[in-house]
Amino acid sequence: MATNKKTIAAGVLDWVDTRFPLTSTIKGHLTEYYAPKNFNFWYFFGSLALLVLVLQIVTGIFLTMNYKPDAELAFASVEYIMRDVFGGNIIRYMHSTGASMFFVVVYLHMFRGVIYGSYRTPRELIWLFGVGIFLVLMGEAFFGYLLPWGQMSYWGAQVIVNLFSTVPFIGPDLSEWLRGDYLVSDATLNRFFAFHVIALPLVLLGLVAVHIVALHEVGSNNPDGVEIKKHKDKETGIPLDGIPFHPYYSVKDMVGVVAFLMVFFAIVFFMPEMGGYFLEANNFVPADPLKTPAHIAPVWYFTPYYSILRAVPPIGISQFPGVVAMGLSVVAFAFLPWLDRSPVKSIRYRGKLYKRWLTAFVISFVILGYLGTVPGDIWGQFGPWLGRADRATVLARICSVVYFAFFALMPWYTKKDQTKPVPERVTYK
Amino acid sequence: MSENKIDNNCLSFCQPSAVDLEKRDFLVKATAATGAVGVAAVAVPFVGSMLPSERAKAAGAPVEIDISKLKPGEKMTAEWRGQPVWIVRRTPEMMAKLGKHDDQLSDPNLEVPQQPEYCKNKSRSIKPEFAVMLGTCTHLGCSPNDNFVATADWDGGFVCPCHGSKFDLSGRVFKGSPAPKNLLIPPHEYLTDTTLLIGEDKKAEA
Repeated sequence: MATNKKTIAAGVLDWVDTRFPLTSTIKGHLTEYYAPKNFNFWYFFGSLALLVLVLQIVTGIFLTMNYKPDAELAFASVEYIMRDVFGGNIIRYMHSTGASMFFVVVYLHMFRGVIYGSYRTPRELIWLFGVGIFLVLMGEAFFGYLLPWGQMSYWGAQVIVNLFSTVPFIGPDLSEWLRGDYLVSDATLNRFFAFHVIALPLVLLGLVAVHIVALHEVGSNNPDGVEIKKHKDKETGIPLDGIPFHPYYSVKDMVGVVAFLMVFFAIVFFMPEMGGYFLEANNFVPADPLKTPAHIAPVWYFTPYYSILRAVPPIGISQFPGVVAMGLSVVAFAFLPWLDRSPVKSIRYRGKLYKRWLTAFVISFVILGYLGTVPGDIWGQFGPWLGRADRATVLARICSVVYFAFFALMPWYTKKDQTKPVPERVTYK
Repeated sequence: MSENKIDNNCLSFCQPSAVDLEKRDFLVKATAATGAVGVAAVAVPFVGSMLPSERAKAAGAPVEIDISKLKPGEKMTAEWRGQPVWIVRRTPEMMAKLGKHDDQLSDPNLEVPQQPEYCKNKSRSIKPEFAVMLGTCTHLGCSPNDNFVATADWDGGFVCPCHGSKFDLSGRVFKGSPAPKNLLIPPHEYLTDTTLLIGEDKKAEA
């Protein structure tokens, strides 16, 4: 009887496999995808990003069942979800917390790629797809933030859409086209809803798919930045330092998932607003086009770039230079594979020079992130000797210069850096 | 069997030597070009659908404002195209101070066309007593707050809550503000002594 059952199962599988590459796909991407055996803590964040993506899609679908993308109804429908829909507050807070946690996880995932040189040959395309994911994610977050139609939703969108009006010649028409009105209005809300729930998620899923396909084609990098495919078992052709993704890393990632969910739900249950960083207080006030909140700041994950925008002084009467600098600060990551000229990939074998630059970059990024959340005059002004410039603005300018220098000077300092010898095989304790 | 069949029915163009590559190349390019024109044509309604609709355009029509109840030193806010339009009735003291801080302004002489020609004058208005301007900051579109109380180093005006841009009571921006331009003065005209039409003016059309 037992053997009979097994035969039936095998027969069904066989039937499927002749019509669809089921077994070979599972093998290629899971049970026979060989990942380096020396993955560490940093390697949790790729799979966690995937987890958050799933959480956002599922919670998003359920929010859509009660949300109304209409300027008259949107704010009330979100409050309705929060107060009257069974489980609505949990689902909504999971979605809003998920947005911030998505960026936490993605920033750590990107930082992993930077420190271990995961963007280097032959993984440039993986990195570029990743930058694409990052850009789409920023779009998702921006469009999604308008939907609750609170004061900060409204005025944040107003500020960002107006960035486009600084483009020379076509600017004002461009921002009018983006808004579909002379100001952020019902038309804007409706189209942002369309972008947020269908257009960008489709693009995002496609990019995630090619990101993973490209990764599994060339194989994962590792903390040593050496290619495990260089040393294969002569008989099986399996990398000597590779272990099958499933069960080894699937089980490891489960530990990461459990730890992550503990943090995630602690936030959802006990501090979903995260002291104004995940959900700003002003967004619990309905949008009012005639009344600007006293202080407009984007959500924390945009603030480094927003700081750069504010730091760049206008040329004549044009705000465009700041907008260009902000755009560049985001896109700069895409150029890393071609800016890094170091003979080694991993930070483990890099010299002091690189480590100093990286440290300076991280510090600048964090300071810019903080400054973007506060008003420009928070620390008062310098004396007349510095033209009474805002202290915070001057600091933001210094940090912006460091931020761009990290990228612009990379070809120079990575070449000059005193690197250490790289081992043939991965190091593993 | 099937191979034979093809051979039997084959006309001269089956043989590689007989293929007119130039013609094929032309046809490929012509087809691609035709396809591109089609794509561009299809894009028109989609791109166009994102422009302001007829209803939005109609909502952007001029508005009539009754200013008879506005007292000296007060400001009222009208709505035009969903944006705040300020009408400030300036007191003689306020107006006296306007000419005294020209050196601190980015554009005291109104070189940048942020106002209709008929407002390019000392008071930046049609009637010096009434200042009309769009209440959105020229930096990033926030709405500045009133700060009319004059102090030793402040002649009264507006301060933007977003990034600290400062404007005087004519909407002229102070140096050092992130805002690059003076506040915009929308086209407007007086229908009667106490009725203002915002969004349209006979003078501009004439």
